[in-house]
Amino acid sequence: MNQFNRLDSYKEMVRIRQYESRILQEYHADKQPAWDIGAGLIPGEMHLAAGQEPAAVGVCAHLKKGDAITAPHRPHHFALAHGVDMKAMTAEIYGRDSGLCRGKGGHMHLFDPENHFSCSGIIAQGYPVACGQAFAFKRRSTDNVAVAVAGEGAANQGAFHEALNLAALWSLPVIFVIEDNDWAISVPKSHSTATASNADRAAGYGIPGVRVENNDVEAIFEAAGAAVDRARAGEGPSLIEIHTLRLWGHFEGDAQAYRGAELETVDERDPIPRYAKSLVDLGELTEDQIVTIAAAADAEVDAAIQFAVSSPEPKPQDALLHVFA
Amino acid sequence: MTVTDTETAARRITTAKAMAEGIGLEMRRDPDVFVMGEDVGAYGGIFGSTTDLFGEFGADRVIDTPISETGFIGAGIGAAVEGMRPVVELMFVDFYGVCMDQIDNNMAKIHYFSGGNVKVPMVLMTAAGGGYSDAGQHSQTLWGTFAHLPGMKVVVPSNPYDAKGLMISAIRDDNPVLYIFHKGVLGLGWMTNNPRATGHVPEDPYTVPIGKAAIAREGTDVTVATISLSVHRALDAADELEKEGISIEVLDLRSLVPLDREAILDSVRKTHRLLVVDEDYQSFGMTGEVITTAVEGAFDYLDAPPARIAIPDVPIPYSRVLEQFVLPDADKIVAGVKSLLTA
Repeated sequence: MNQFNRLDSYKEMVRIRQYESRILQEYHADKQPAWDIGAGLIPGEMHLAAGQEPAAVGVCAHLKKGDAITAPHRPHHFALAHGVDMKAMTAEIYGRDSGLCRGKGGHMHLFDPENHFSCSGIIAQGYPVACGQAFAFKRRSTDNVAVAVAGEGAANQGAFHEALNLAALWSLPVIFVIEDNDWAISVPKSHSTATASNADRAAGYGIPGVRVENNDVEAIFEAAGAAVDRARAGEGPSLIEIHTLRLWGHFEGDAQAYRGAELETVDERDPIPRYAKSLVDLGELTEDQIVTIAAAADAEVDAAIQFAVSSPEPKPQDALLHVFA
Repeated sequence: MTVTDTETAARRITTAKAMAEGIGLEMRRDPDVFVMGEDVGAYGGIFGSTTDLFGEFGADRVIDTPISETGFIGAGIGAAVEGMRPVVELMFVDFYGVCMDQIDNNMAKIHYFSGGNVKVPMVLMTAAGGGYSDAGQHSQTLWGTFAHLPGMKVVVPSNPYDAKGLMISAIRDDNPVLYIFHKGVLGLGWMTNNPRATGHVPEDPYTVPIGKAAIAREGTDVTVATISLSVHRALDAADELEKEGISIEVLDLRSLVPLDREAILDSVRKTHRLLVVDEDYQSFGMTGEVITTAVEGAFDYLDAPPARIAIPDVPIPYSRVLEQFVLPDADKIVAGVKSLLTA
């Protein structure tokens, strides 16, 4: 298993958070005074992953070139942690011709073949796809693995269960990751899921299942390491449910009235300041470093946004391209 | 409803509110009516289709479901065959992919397979349409896909009055009814403001018959047959064309199944020219069906080959400039009408 690097993990979580915070800001900046989801430089739905950084960083720390990820509608943290180019991704979110998908996909449909990264707006859609990527890796005798990521709401989709069975049956190198942020839009897990822990469902397919509590990047790293090692060794798939936190709305503009009192404590549960404090207490991070790390992340994000807004829009008639190869 | 009613009546509500009101009235009238779907409870439906119903009827009759469309649409079918009248919401029509077996191979076929012995009095309501950069898995209309499959009615309202009356008709119908609402006609506060999405709606229950088209605007030179948000686009185009002395008749089909073929033929016999506008994929869809209807039934009346404006057989792209290129709009309709008149 890889050695865990606390400072690097902290930096990566901050990098993602600064990214999501700036997208949040830019997304809302030109939608005032009249809120219109389709207006502005970044139009459409926006699902940001603030609070879920530990999941992406803890899992992706084990991945190497050639490993695949299928992410869901809330994809930015896994994309960035897996090495998707921030500039190209940002240009895609801005709908530009220089974007990862030439403006055709947008924030929910980022495709980066170089990093074997994809995401989708359809719940649990990436679970079976990860099985196929893992199948290809296995058939080609590589030790690459595929990571399928979905929210806890996705664990009630047929595709989720079919993929688990298939991966177990064929002993595929897949790591199934569930990000349990407690909420499927407005529906709490207790109203949607018959078992308290989705990790228990792994037993039904004869594969290891673990649940990681507390949104703790180090515990996530440990659990993911065991699953990745198992997959690389040809021993088959694993399921990891990570109890994480949706710091903001399901989508931007979500008033979240349904969250009630729980919403009042989200800031206390924010994993990044908490982890910073623990590293400071350990003497592995200084207050000065907290500032410089955030500044370095901001500079990278600034450059990505600058690249996006200065890139040309696609030509309208290019809408007709790419239906077929 | 006449145009005068719309303009003078005091009580004006959005299409989303009108749908929810129609459901609520039927729930009060008939204890077998219930609602289920994702976020239909306290949230009130992602697109407001169940606004205030949870407060009035509670969690037993307004049921939040897991993200398990095959499960809860299938369960809706089961409840319906036992005589209940479920109103089930599929959040986005694009999500049909995960549950199409229940919709097509089950819901739509049971009555036929049973030789007419089993009824499925169920409403499957769902949001459709693009124009706000939600990309290709959240922006399709797909009504032509469902209309192609026998056994379910396909209702697509364009305004608040019809939305309520068609919803009540759909709930009372003994057949499965797919009720597709375009996000752009709902009057949602977080979408581009659309004045045509708010209108007069009587408080009392009333029905709008399923299968009857409406003339949204009378005209003499060209028939523009369309549905849903494209009715608004056609009405906008009609205002523009009127300035140039061109009179178009806007025919709001209101449902694809049944399709009011007589209304299409009557209008074409009057105007002698037909433009069909659809925010669905062009090939093998509504535009082809409506034009075929005109050609089969009123060929001798046509002064020009019928024309169509639809999505040019590409997925809906994300970037605004790309999406606007493929969507119908008033300018394209104006150009299409003029082209027909010079053909």
